[in-house]
Amino acid sequence: MSEKIFEVDHLSLHYLTRFGEKVHAVTDVSFSMKQGEILGIAGESGCGKSTLVSGLMGMCIPPLYPTSGDVRVSGESLMNRSESDIRSNVLAQKISMIPQGAFNALNPVRKIKDIAADVIAAHQKQGSPSSAKEIYQRLCERFDLFGMDTQRVLNSYPIQLTAGERQRSVIGISTLLNPRMVIADEPTSALDVSTQKEVIKMIFDLLEKGIFSTMIFITHELPLLYHVADNIAIMYAGEFVEMGTAEQVVKDPRHPYTQALMGAMLSSESSQRSRKPVAIEGAPPSLNQTIVGCRFAERCTRACPDCKKNTQSIRMVGDRLVRCDYAK
Amino acid sequence: MPNDIIFSAKNVSKIFGMGKKAKVAVDDVSFEIKDGEIVTIVGGSGCGKSVLAKIMLGLYPPTTGEFLYCGKKITNLKAHWNEVQFVFQDPFSCFNQFFTIRSQLEDSLNILKNKPSRAEVKARVDAGLLAVNVKPSDIEDKYAFELSGGQMQRMLLARIFALRPRVLIADEPTSMVDACVRANILDYLMKLKQELHMTVVFVTHDIGLANYVSDRIFIMHEGKLVNVGTPAEVLDNTTEPHTLKLLDDIPEVHNAEWIKHS
Ligand SMILES: Nc1ncnc2c1ncn2[C@@H]1O[C@H](COP(=O)(O)OP(=O)(O)OP(=O)(O)O)[C@@H](O)[C@H]1O
Ligand SMILES: Nc1ncnc2c1ncn2[C@@H]1O[C@H](COP(=O)(O)OP(=O)(O)OP(=O)(O)O)[C@@H](O)[C@H]1O
Ligand SMILES: [Mg+2]
Ligand SMILES: [Mg+2]
Repeated sequence: MSEKIFEVDHLSLHYLTRFGEKVHAVTDVSFSMKQGEILGIAGESGCGKSTLVSGLMGMCIPPLYPTSGDVRVSGESLMNRSESDIRSNVLAQKISMIPQGAFNALNPVRKIKDIAADVIAAHQKQGSPSSAKEIYQRLCERFDLFGMDTQRVLNSYPIQLTAGERQRSVIGISTLLNPRMVIADEPTSALDVSTQKEVIKMIFDLLEKGIFSTMIFITHELPLLYHVADNIAIMYAGEFVEMGTAEQVVKDPRHPYTQALMGAMLSSESSQRSRKPVAIEGAPPSLNQTIVGCRFAERCTRACPDCKKNTQSIRMVGDRLVRCDYAK
Repeated sequence: MPNDIIFSAKNVSKIFGMGKKAKVAVDDVSFEIKDGEIVTIVGGSGCGKSVLAKIMLGLYPPTTGEFLYCGKKITNLKAHWNEVQFVFQDPFSCFNQFFTIRSQLEDSLNILKNKPSRAEVKARVDAGLLAVNVKPSDIEDKYAFELSGGQMQRMLLARIFALRPRVLIADEPTSMVDACVRANILDYLMKLKQELHMTVVFVTHDIGLANYVSDRIFIMHEGKLVNVGTPAEVLDNTTEPHTLKLLDDIPEVHNAEWIKHS
């Protein structure tokens, strides 16, 4: 039996605004991952994906606060620990993140090799300081392994690199300490399709070489997730509304929101040229108040009066989890 | 020149730097964009799409060649932007952190020649927000740092929908939003285009979007336009190698060969 490397129990997170109001950005998220699994998370922009990532790393930095629930990596809880504890004992070693908008993550006035040294120094376990030379050597070996033009890339400023080289450098740096788990937040959304494919290939290469084994991949692009992930969770207004295998969620979605996402796809095929993507009007509910009933009900074409009254709980429908009392 | 030509480029190049370090970002392109047309510019990273978009905005004068808007050189930027509006690629850098989003959206209507009344400004901003699936009350007192990446990108489009410009240049306007929001945005844009006879230039990595919205697609590679025509001409049965490569790399669900992973 394979061990659960990552467990999330009923995690809820909120922002405290300047007016002392709570914005409940993530509500009651639960899932667990086995060693070697790739979980994809997709959902509406603003549904709480990046906020969830902060929570999953134990990095709740004000104005973000944990409301309730637990996150464990190989049994070790990440909740209610200090930022410096998480930084020096968890990040980059156990969990590493590839951030949304990686371009902005690279300091424009430092060379790639210096950026890497900064990152490693910040996350080095206390008592095991390696010299700048050792770090540099390790960096070279790793970049060689990816088949990068190592010397040129390491000695360049971010602006001198192509978008693909920049993104691959970010991935190379954030996986240098062999974290067990990687969380990638929209790592390819800013890239063209060819560069995107290049970056995904590199990620699979790292998996194959055993540099890390387990990954959460976040994107708003479901077709991409279909190719990348084993399992997919769909998020709406802070909640998981459907979770199953990539095949189930993309090819046979059961939650009305997942179905709407698939109906809104665009394709480059001539047969799809004049097919109008189905838009859903309206907006998700405001997250600063208590929400009664299904969060999607207001925009759901199949909603009935009960949906607006009854809060939906997530349940098994056709071998996957769905948060809709009427899904079949 | 017939006055239904919005943009015309004759042998336009844009070169950054000089001598050995010179970088040709746009390389001898010629084209015309007609009034009411929707054109999408597609191509790999660094091929010169954003530079070409900035030439259209008058931000970069071409190094060589002639670039005209409605038959005239772009000289007065303020007058140009009264008619030609834009969505920049990086939404994070487009809003001031010290003012609320709402006040910035309302302020942007001040550039209009015929200033709308207070009530109309409010109504137009509200309509713009709804068109990008945002409840006006949800952003009432919000600052940019309180929004997600995709929400910020949608604010840039809400601004356009409130401004209702004659010409729109949009650089990757939907790269951070999900398919449902994108569909809603395109719906509204099409309605607006019908109503105002707007001309739209999209820059995008999203070939599905180009296929759906465009009258014509420009495929760009290393500063040159390598394939220009209607979606059918450019995408169906093409033999142009750069276009083929892009089509091949789209992660369409039915493309089982997209990547081999065990
Ligand atoms: N201000 C500048 N100075 C020097 N070089 C520049 C400048 N702006 C752009 N370039 C260069 O011109 C080329 C084209 O850049 P551009 O931003 O137009 O690419 P793009 O097609 O928009 O790429 P992406 O898809 O990544 O946005 C690139 O090689 C870039 O490095
Ligand atoms: N500092 C903050 N204060 C209050 N609300 C916030 C703050 N930061 C984010 N939010 C809200 O929390 C919600 C979730 O934001 P988050 O960035 O997690 O979304 P996301 O799913 O990653 O979206 P995207 O796909 O656009 O990146 C949004 O509604 C956002 O407006
Ligand atoms: Mg995000
Ligand atoms: Mg660009």
